[in-house]
Amino acid sequence: MPATETLEEAKRLMQICNACRYCEGYCAVFPAMTKRLDFTDGDVTYLANLCHGCQGCYYACQYAPPHEFAVNVPKTFAELRAETYRDYAWPGIFKGVFEGNAKWVALITVLATLVTVFLTYWIQGADVVGGVHTGPGAFYKVIPHNVIVYIASVPFFLAMIAFIVGIIMFWRDIGAKASDLFSIPNLIQASKDVGKMTYMAGGGHECNYPDDNFSHGRRHAHQMTMWGFLLCFAATSVATIYHYVFGWEAPYGYFSIPVILGTVGGIGIVFGPIRLLMIKKKADPAPQDTKRHGMDIAFLWMLILTGITGLALLALRETAAMGLLLAVHFGIVLGLFITFPYGKMAHAVYRFAALIRFAGERRTS
Amino acid sequence: MLTGVKTDVTIIAPVMILVTEHKLPPPEFSRSYDVLVLGAGNAAMAAALTARRAGASVLMVESANKDLRGGNSRHVRNIRYTHKAATDYVTGGYEAAEYMTDLMRVTDGNTNEELSRFMIEASETAVDWMIEQGVTFQPPLSGTLGLARTNAFFLGGGKAMMNAYFRTCEKIGVAVVYEAEVEELEIEDGRFNAAFVRHGGELHRVEARTVVLSSGGFESNIEWLKEGWGEAAENFLIRGTPMNTGKVLRAMLNNDAKQIGAVDQCHAVAIDGRAPKFDGGISTRVDCVVFSVVVNKNAERFYDEGEDVWPRRYAIWGRLVAKQPDQIAYSIIDSKSRGLFMPPVFPPIKADTIAGLAEQLELDGTKLEKTISEFNDAVQPGDFVHTELDGCHTEGLEPKKSNWARKIDTPPFYAFPVKTGITFTYLGVEVNKQAQVLMNDGKPAANIWAAGEIMAGNVLGQGYAAGTGMAIGTVFGRIAGEEAARHARN
Repeated sequence: MPATETLEEAKRLMQICNACRYCEGYCAVFPAMTKRLDFTDGDVTYLANLCHGCQGCYYACQYAPPHEFAVNVPKTFAELRAETYRDYAWPGIFKGVFEGNAKWVALITVLATLVTVFLTYWIQGADVVGGVHTGPGAFYKVIPHNVIVYIASVPFFLAMIAFIVGIIMFWRDIGAKASDLFSIPNLIQASKDVGKMTYMAGGGHECNYPDDNFSHGRRHAHQMTMWGFLLCFAATSVATIYHYVFGWEAPYGYFSIPVILGTVGGIGIVFGPIRLLMIKKKADPAPQDTKRHGMDIAFLWMLILTGITGLALLALRETAAMGLLLAVHFGIVLGLFITFPYGKMAHAVYRFAALIRFAGERRTS
Repeated sequence: MLTGVKTDVTIIAPVMILVTEHKLPPPEFSRSYDVLVLGAGNAAMAAALTARRAGASVLMVESANKDLRGGNSRHVRNIRYTHKAATDYVTGGYEAAEYMTDLMRVTDGNTNEELSRFMIEASETAVDWMIEQGVTFQPPLSGTLGLARTNAFFLGGGKAMMNAYFRTCEKIGVAVVYEAEVEELEIEDGRFNAAFVRHGGELHRVEARTVVLSSGGFESNIEWLKEGWGEAAENFLIRGTPMNTGKVLRAMLNNDAKQIGAVDQCHAVAIDGRAPKFDGGISTRVDCVVFSVVVNKNAERFYDEGEDVWPRRYAIWGRLVAKQPDQIAYSIIDSKSRGLFMPPVFPPIKADTIAGLAEQLELDGTKLEKTISEFNDAVQPGDFVHTELDGCHTEGLEPKKSNWARKIDTPPFYAFPVKTGITFTYLGVEVNKQAQVLMNDGKPAANIWAAGEIMAGNVLGQGYAAGTGMAIGTVFGRIAGEEAARHARN
């Protein structure tokens, strides 16, 4: 963990906040802060990742600019989080992807999609790709099931490995006990806090948006996105069980479990991110890390594209457009998986880790 | 009286708001408002919102810009109010009688008892009223400084509270003009005609049927402070807004309003000497005094640091330091005491020897070593308990230290420079129970009310109990707003 200006600024702010403590009712950051007297690099990295960016503490701050203390916790912590995602990226050679992240994500996704479409046409031929296929196994006439599973698994499991390595380094650097990471009560509590996005609610009256006003908008849009994503993941998992356990081949009926989960989830990852993009555009830039909005926006677009192509595939799966749509959707999902550890998806991983630690600290205090 | 206030808010107000909402023109100084509110802190808001909900047209004149709006209320954190039982925000009941006892104790009886009793009883509806105005409170948490039973804490503190008030102003049509400073008042025979307001480089004559004075005290007017403190006031730090220059108060006194309170009475605490001249707020307090040895610039002790628990003593230390040469002192601890008190906003000055510390503080090293060693020699054995009066004291030392006296002998040694920090002033205008300003002939002014710091001296002749200022502001602000609206509409 390199010493950066952002770390020093975060330490300066925590020293001021710890002498004031007016914001203790907003979220987990301030109760966690009060357990400390001095702040190490690891402490502020942990606190930054505990912050959900609700901005309540910024608008409430008597020391916010133009006060000479110039306290802006949400902005500084957002910067520090972005540095966290970069510093714990593994393998380290990919850290550079966090500079100009949107460009990289776009490039990788476009490449993945073009290659998929090209290979599909080249190997299967235009007649097969452009044909109408129905009944069990219809998709696999365009791209064989094993190909889908093997090719998608590679970036997915590489992403999981990258995140596991990242968490181990993060956990060590923030000075947390290894046993806390695997404590069942901690995991349950952190999952609850994620499920409800407790700390995005700014002490109960929601985020400040677009200025010092309060709005449920951001948390609701985030919940739609997060639950949409999880439902899509669940849809894929159920489909996998159908395939391997029961030998039922996709496509499944419109009212089958995988399709219902995927449809609801797909709508979530389209409309949730659209709402988040609109909020980002309208919101007061002062408490935000506007320099790195590219990373956020790229990730939101990845989810939107994944959702739109998935829903289009569902709607048009019995037409001649299915082959091309399947290849495009598959390409975009590959792009999403490949860029998981090198983009905004990292926020979910380190936020969850920070919440696990906070659950432990709260239990033992 | 109080049921009256409640009725106005809940029944009349929605009707009046429906009739008048969004029909007000943008603030124009040329039109005559029903109620002109000077200032934009908690008391001003209580007056403005109450008057508006009673159907009056209201203009608020705020000298600060939007970022620094809300006077000293921007720095507050809680309100001390009468309540019968625990609620979501307090851990237990705090009856009027106990509140009164506390007030009598801190002011040493230096209060208008009738007005104080009235204020304390009326404070019972203050928190509910604030919630109706959009203010949010937090549950009693660990950091509530031993006030969790008596005081309700604003979620996010005073600035969050002020943001909520300003949002409500916008919603119900209270006109607010920022960067507008009242220079002078036009008053004839106890009757307010107009205020002269400087805004955008011009002086405007602003007429209104009634006026509420809620523009704070005069603590940021160093020249005025000197009338009470002499040249020492030059070295004072002002914990709150630089806008409280007391122009409105001075104008009232010049226009024959009856003065209350002495010019040197104020809330003066010991704060970190490195704090900004203004607006340092809560974080600059120094909480280690009781565990330390405090010396002046001659490296001499001057008061019993361990006389009582810190919350009961911190308000006297501002005055003590003000009487020392150059109005500065140094609170010195050793490593044993670190972590026993609220962490400081500025890191302590640190050295491995007393002489090293003296060098950094620019004190006479030999003298400081002598003071510390005399202190150490006088410390009697005892069981140190930092959370209560532990009786660990000195013998044969002048001044003695009555509690928490431990040898300063374990390096590293730490020091905090300490200066006098003025929170608010008590000299103000005298009022009656209707918050009407009293004139020197003893009669109430026809159309002038006052609320908040400008009249706090009626209740607080001296001393302070946390959260009382908010209670005074809310109670008298609501009454002032109600009375002014009634007067203007008749």
